[in-house]
Amino acid sequence: MSDEPYKYGFSTAVEAVTLGRGLTEDTVRAISAARNEPAFLLKFRLKAFALFQKMKEPEWAHVTYPPIDYQNIQYFSAHKSAANSKPTYNSIDEVPPEILETFAKLGIPLDEQRRLSGVAVDAVFDSVSIATTHQQKLYDAGVIFCSFSEAVHQFPALIERWLGSVVPVADNYFAALNSAVFSDGSFVYIPPFTRCPLELSTYFRINNTDAGQFERTLIIADEGAYVSYLEGCTAPQSSKHQLHAAVVELVTLDRAEIKYSTVQNWYAGDKETGEGGVYNFVTKRGACRGVNSKISWTQVETGSAITWKYPSCILQGDGSIGEFYSVALTNGHMQADTGTKMIHLGKNTRSTIISKGIAADVSTNVYRGLVQIQRNAAGARNYTSCDSMLVGKRCEAHTYPYVDVQRADAVVEHEASTSKLSEDQLFYFRSRGISQEDALQAIVSGFCKDVLDVLPLEFAAEARKLLTLKLENSVG
Amino acid sequence: MLVLDNLKVAVGDTNILNGFSLTVGAGEVHALMGPNGSGKTTLGRALAGHPAYTVSGRAEFMGRDLLTLDPETRANLGLFVSWQYPVEVPGVANAEFLRLAYNAKAKSSGKPEIAIKDFPPFLVQKIAESQVPPDYADRMLNAGMSGGQKKRNEILQLHVLEPTLAVLDETDSGLDIDALKSVAAAINAYRRADRSVILITHFQRLLDLVKPDRIHVLGQGRILHSGGPELAAKLERDGYDWIIRG
Ligand SMILES: Nc1ncnc2c1ncn2[C@@H]1O[C@H](COP(=O)(O)OP(=O)(O)O)[C@@H](O)[C@H]1O
Ligand SMILES: [Mg+2]
Repeated sequence: MSDEPYKYGFSTAVEAVTLGRGLTEDTVRAISAARNEPAFLLKFRLKAFALFQKMKEPEWAHVTYPPIDYQNIQYFSAHKSAANSKPTYNSIDEVPPEILETFAKLGIPLDEQRRLSGVAVDAVFDSVSIATTHQQKLYDAGVIFCSFSEAVHQFPALIERWLGSVVPVADNYFAALNSAVFSDGSFVYIPPFTRCPLELSTYFRINNTDAGQFERTLIIADEGAYVSYLEGCTAPQSSKHQLHAAVVELVTLDRAEIKYSTVQNWYAGDKETGEGGVYNFVTKRGACRGVNSKISWTQVETGSAITWKYPSCILQGDGSIGEFYSVALTNGHMQADTGTKMIHLGKNTRSTIISKGIAADVSTNVYRGLVQIQRNAAGARNYTSCDSMLVGKRCEAHTYPYVDVQRADAVVEHEASTSKLSEDQLFYFRSRGISQEDALQAIVSGFCKDVLDVLPLEFAAEARKLLTLKLENSVG
Repeated sequence: MLVLDNLKVAVGDTNILNGFSLTVGAGEVHALMGPNGSGKTTLGRALAGHPAYTVSGRAEFMGRDLLTLDPETRANLGLFVSWQYPVEVPGVANAEFLRLAYNAKAKSSGKPEIAIKDFPPFLVQKIAESQVPPDYADRMLNAGMSGGQKKRNEILQLHVLEPTLAVLDETDSGLDIDALKSVAAAINAYRRADRSVILITHFQRLLDLVKPDRIHVLGQGRILHSGGPELAAKLERDGYDWIIRG
């Protein structure tokens, strides 16, 4: 196992159609035209692009990297068969077999016979959504789950109403870039009083290593609705850096709930030299617009050369709840600056933050969080717990918990701890007959228990294995 | 059962054991005594296979050459070395650790593993046998335990794993009087004609409760003096000086 540090590092030979490198207003127009987009969307993109040009790349995160040449990135990459004016495939039969095989190799078979039974999957390959499984069953329940480009054509009114409503086009540098050039992603709408009958899942795969990936996800849970959604991601091994700048927007109306889970395993770069790897600059935000609604973010971050990501909740509806459960593992030369923002606007709003950072080798692992209790948020409460585990002596872990409380009755609690995974701990297990692999799994599962316990069952085991495998490579 | 012949143990350039020889037969109890820093803990950890040590000479356990085996294989072959200062592992449940260890051994000896649901009643029985408080089933692995509680937790492991040879490193240090009696009783309960014990200790009071067949005094990296159980009283009275000075 240890001679195979990143088993998703293969790439698939497909003929790609791209718009070439570079970013100008024409690129933005061409992306929109290639997808036959309605006028409102082109307008949205152009507005974002105009603002993006006036913005500066943020420098406050605890990460360092050489300047990104935004003119040397391809902003659109699609398989030849998908790019001929059609925004997506009509059926799985049109999808080239080598792409289907890619997803099968990643453990996500898309064909009828082999697809996962309890989970509906939307598979995104470079810039294009390849296939969405279980469409009929979802349709019968009134649930919309499709690629973003399909939604743009079939449900333009929903997109126009909600797109950019949580993350405004000029929210930050990378969100503005995404809003200008985003390619595909997933769209979910759960109608009132509907419990989505399946787990929904999107699997993102970067294949073309010269292309950036800019996907867009929008999930709306209408009154009293519930959905659990999982996102997974991998990329081929490459000595170049790839830019991934996604935007995810979630909205819950009255008494609705969205549970959003991520297992992120983008290629992290060469473990020894730090060469290559994905820059994962992502904006994820959910708005609890309705009373007593709930948004829960769970993330297991195990890849990317650099992670810059703060899944956040705007707790606007009275009695709404925001949760953030995170495991971030960094090894090799990885740098992660991740955390959350909980913005309490409504009365009796509650938030919970559980963050587990594991740093190994020469990596840097930062928790950065903001808890803000605004003036009208009577009775608001937050509980934050940040634990770090260090493996070896050359890594770094930091926590920056910012608290901004504008009311005297707010209850804000914070706990933090730092521990070390020592050779003696591993030897203790081994001296009782337990293999190093099982020892690591037990130690890591124990450390991350509070987070792994809230992941959908199918993915918890996968996440546990992934964390163990990554650490095994670091303890040798 | 255990044959150590001219064993040398070094850390880097420092020799800690130099020509250590000892034979332990089935069913025997050997006490290993000696001044602080004489290498008693080092012997145990080297036998367990700690990677920090360079070991040469001969070490045979159950007819196998110990020095060629990795730590988990030694353990699963029936060697148990308790720790003088058991390490804390926050987040890992004691019961989970015991189940993993039990199943690792069962698996390597071709016996059936125990299912998660069958483990709690098994553990209750082992807790009774080893005379530790019942809440050890719900504790974390040494984390949040006092020094004495950690020592007793090692005795619980001894009963769960039922090794062929137990090397117990100062298990009696840091125990209150009642705990000392419980630990001694638990060690005696573990003893059988086919199980052996090496007791590392400084005190006669343990040897009064667990009768050794032989007592050895370690110094200058090897055994300087051996005797029967009566040696304990003399050491208690006169200390080690007369042996070390020769
Ligand atoms: N890992 C190590 N690195 C360096 N020196 C060590 C190490 N382990 C033990 N020693 C040294 O070996 C000697 C014997 O130590 P130890 O076996 O703990 O003695 P005892 O258990 O008899 O008190 C001591 O001088 C100690 O400092
Ligand atoms: Mg010692």
